[in-house]
Amino acid sequence: MSFDHFDAVIGLEIHAQLLTESKIFCRDSTHFGAGDNENICPVCTGMPGSLPVLNRQAVEFSIKTGLALNCDIRRQSVFARKQYFYPDLPKGYQISQYDRPLCENGHVDFLVDGQMRRVSIVRAHMEEDAGKSTHHGDYSLINLNRAGIPLLEIVSGPDLRSAREAAEYARAVRNILRYLGVCDGNLEEGSLRCDVNVSVRPKGQKELGTKVEIKNINSFRFIEKAIEYEIHRQIDCVLNREAIVQETRLYDADKNRTFTMRTKEDAHDYRYFPDPDLLPLTVEEAWIERMRATLPELPLAMATRFVRDFQLPEYDAFLLTQERELADYFERTNRACGNPKAASNWVMTEVLRNLNETGKTILEVPVPAEHLGRMIRMIDTGVISGKIAKTVFGEMWTSGQEPDAIVKDKGLVQITDVASLERVIDQTLAENAANLEAYRSGKDKLFGFFVGQVMKATKGQASPEVVNELLKKKMQR
Amino acid sequence: MDLTEATLAEIRDAVRAKRVKAVEVVAHFQRRIETLDNQLNSFITVNPRAMEEATQIDAILASGRDPGPLAGVPIAVKDLLCTKNLATTAASNILRGFVPPYSATVVKRLQAAGAVILGKTNLDEFGMGSSNENSAFGVCRNPWALDHVPGGSSGGTAAAVAARLAPAGIGTDTGGSIRQPASFCGLVGIKPTYGRVSRFGIVSYASSLDQAGPMARTAQDCAILLETIAGHDDWDATASMRPVPSWSTDTIPSPKGMRIGVLQEALSEKIDQDTSTVLNTAISTLRQLGAEITEVSIPKLRHAVSIYYLLATSEASSNLARYDGVRYGYRSRKQTSDLESFYAATRSEGFGTEVKRRIMMGTYALSSGYYDAFYLKASQVRRQLRDEYMAAFAQCDVILSPVTTSPAFKIGARISDPLEMYLNDIFTTSANLAGLPAIAVPGGFAESGLPIGLQFTANHFDEHNLFRVATALEQALPLVKKVPHVI
Repeated sequence: MSFDHFDAVIGLEIHAQLLTESKIFCRDSTHFGAGDNENICPVCTGMPGSLPVLNRQAVEFSIKTGLALNCDIRRQSVFARKQYFYPDLPKGYQISQYDRPLCENGHVDFLVDGQMRRVSIVRAHMEEDAGKSTHHGDYSLINLNRAGIPLLEIVSGPDLRSAREAAEYARAVRNILRYLGVCDGNLEEGSLRCDVNVSVRPKGQKELGTKVEIKNINSFRFIEKAIEYEIHRQIDCVLNREAIVQETRLYDADKNRTFTMRTKEDAHDYRYFPDPDLLPLTVEEAWIERMRATLPELPLAMATRFVRDFQLPEYDAFLLTQERELADYFERTNRACGNPKAASNWVMTEVLRNLNETGKTILEVPVPAEHLGRMIRMIDTGVISGKIAKTVFGEMWTSGQEPDAIVKDKGLVQITDVASLERVIDQTLAENAANLEAYRSGKDKLFGFFVGQVMKATKGQASPEVVNELLKKKMQR
Repeated sequence: MDLTEATLAEIRDAVRAKRVKAVEVVAHFQRRIETLDNQLNSFITVNPRAMEEATQIDAILASGRDPGPLAGVPIAVKDLLCTKNLATTAASNILRGFVPPYSATVVKRLQAAGAVILGKTNLDEFGMGSSNENSAFGVCRNPWALDHVPGGSSGGTAAAVAARLAPAGIGTDTGGSIRQPASFCGLVGIKPTYGRVSRFGIVSYASSLDQAGPMARTAQDCAILLETIAGHDDWDATASMRPVPSWSTDTIPSPKGMRIGVLQEALSEKIDQDTSTVLNTAISTLRQLGAEITEVSIPKLRHAVSIYYLLATSEASSNLARYDGVRYGYRSRKQTSDLESFYAATRSEGFGTEVKRRIMMGTYALSSGYYDAFYLKASQVRRQLRDEYMAAFAQCDVILSPVTTSPAFKIGARISDPLEMYLNDIFTTSANLAGLPAIAVPGGFAESGLPIGLQFTANHFDEHNLFRVATALEQALPLVKKVPHVI
């Protein structure tokens, strides 16, 4: 047997920090960047007698996410205590949802290399984040600002079959969360965290292999690489007749390998039980419908619409809808020019390239979509040439000026006037009589030379179409 | 004015009418604590700012403003309720020296009404006990007989109020911790309906059972206090939205037409002769006053103690996990090499024997493989018990039973036998399990001179029925005239 004889089975647990104003069970701010232990109170520090009270906004964000992930929303879900001792867990338990989560039985559709894939969502449950420990030699410090930040844990079914698929699924979920505005989806900063479950089995085998969990993966690229590594490691184990140990492993990005964090033997008995400080969460149908009404158009629906309504290639539509702001930018550009293909091309090439080079995000783009749209219109109506447009775009990017003003100030309007172009052509032909003779005796390739000469004489402003037409006519004679 | 024997209502009226100053009232009880509490050990901490607070009340009165319905009334508060800037210990070494930066909602409401917190009273550590012998601050004694326990866990409040070291106090009740000490010390004590009083700031023992409530010498004083502390609280998700009635003014002091169900299971238990006599006297008195006496049965009551000790310890094992020596409270000085031994050292040294026993029992009941047989099963039987009560309240307005099978016992008599001690709670735990309000009222005295209480239990949020029957009985049996000899 070799590698090709194995299938990988992958499932993801995605923890999303919800962008609520305050924490899930108290009134402290969730704002990032506060000083150490500034956003804390008796509740989130687990002082004696303090009690949790559920944040309504956290519930609404969770319902919206559940609906966007096509989940059933439980009319009654229950908060439970997950108990373990750790210094950054103030109460000695984490309030989470266990056997009755808010969202269940959903799915996510997404594209992998042009193919549509569907992954089941087993559940999405609400919980509180723990604090953050940092270790410094012989002492550790604890910052409880993060303790009590609302999390939604989204658990996929074991439906993914490759590292690439898993990473694309994670991106799809991140994009949905960002479209909903419930999570900023930043893996590096930890506002989105991803745990991966991986097992392998010989092709055709029904039973699942021993599952290994990989934690602490902080980029989409690393999700792919960590899974890739882990699949190979596990297949090697099987081929070498070594047992795969059920365990939790950590991914080391520098070495590109995973290593054991804890094995099942040190697994906790979390002693879950319903939190008696919180009543079951009851969600009325009307509340769910109110939340459904606030759902924005989601990435996949938007991409599908771009293909259907604008005849964009699937790839373009998919790329444009990765970020809601980028898709919005495209739509506004398109609205201003009425040429979706051109709008898409300009956004995907010039706009994205310039953003990349300047390290800006789409929110910081210096060229308003309306300006870009008007510029495309100027191309389409023959006011400027495509070539000139690149100059105009560059100018818009650096100066922020409107395209009309740039074209006017710099005299970039395309010359389409036949009489004045004929004068330039006549002069060019006269100055290059030898070449003209050669062309007429069969050297067709010289046609391009004459086009170039005319363009040069007009500083690129001549309309290429008109020049072509006139040259052909005159050179034939 | 005889401040020692004055009721809370009388003190309040006198202070509000400026017949006596709040500072004089507070000074009087402070003197009594100073001279008498060395015999009782009912206070763990005396509030050093009580006089200052009383001065403010007097100033408000002098300026013509209203200091509130409890103006100048000194209150003894069980040391399980957090008091801002005043040490709160839960009678545990693990919280020795802990000064909360916030007050329990109950404390805030008392202070907002003009009451003065006199001090923090002794209890069984974290509320775990029925005798006040499980205290890191020493045993508290019963003012009726100093070699006897005052009951528990709110033993300090009971002893202090019975000995007139305070006109009234606040206790908490998880399985009888207000009613049993009230009964042992000859007081009225009410455990309100679950959710009637906010639990915010009260050190949790068992969240689904804990309720704070008043302890005083008259039903009316309890009504006044309960009106003050009850009502919804944004800081407690389990606090009820129900409006709070004016029990102190609206109670009809007659049981005429009330249906009183005598708990049959109580009669079959081994009740001592004195308790039995007191129970029968109460029944005939109430009948004479026009109440309709019936019999009710709660068959699941025989499981109440078992369910209670499974659920209360399960919740406690979780609620007490936060005492880990990391952020506040006691931390072991032992050199430890890893986290687990750090926790083990701190918690082994910080908690007392009974608390550790209950943490272990609860941890066991919630453990994987045992959860279904213990925690889950107990939760199911708890619902059945509640259903039986609901059926019983279709037939009667209140249920009458003893509080305990016998009056206060001697210090040390049961401490070595936890099971015997737990059986003390047989009539009290079911009200907590079913979330029902229940009141202990003085019923009479044993041959020995020790007080014996009676318990009435009502349907959810029917506290008015408890105050009605308690007030009527109080007027028919004028027991308050008798005082403990420590005075």
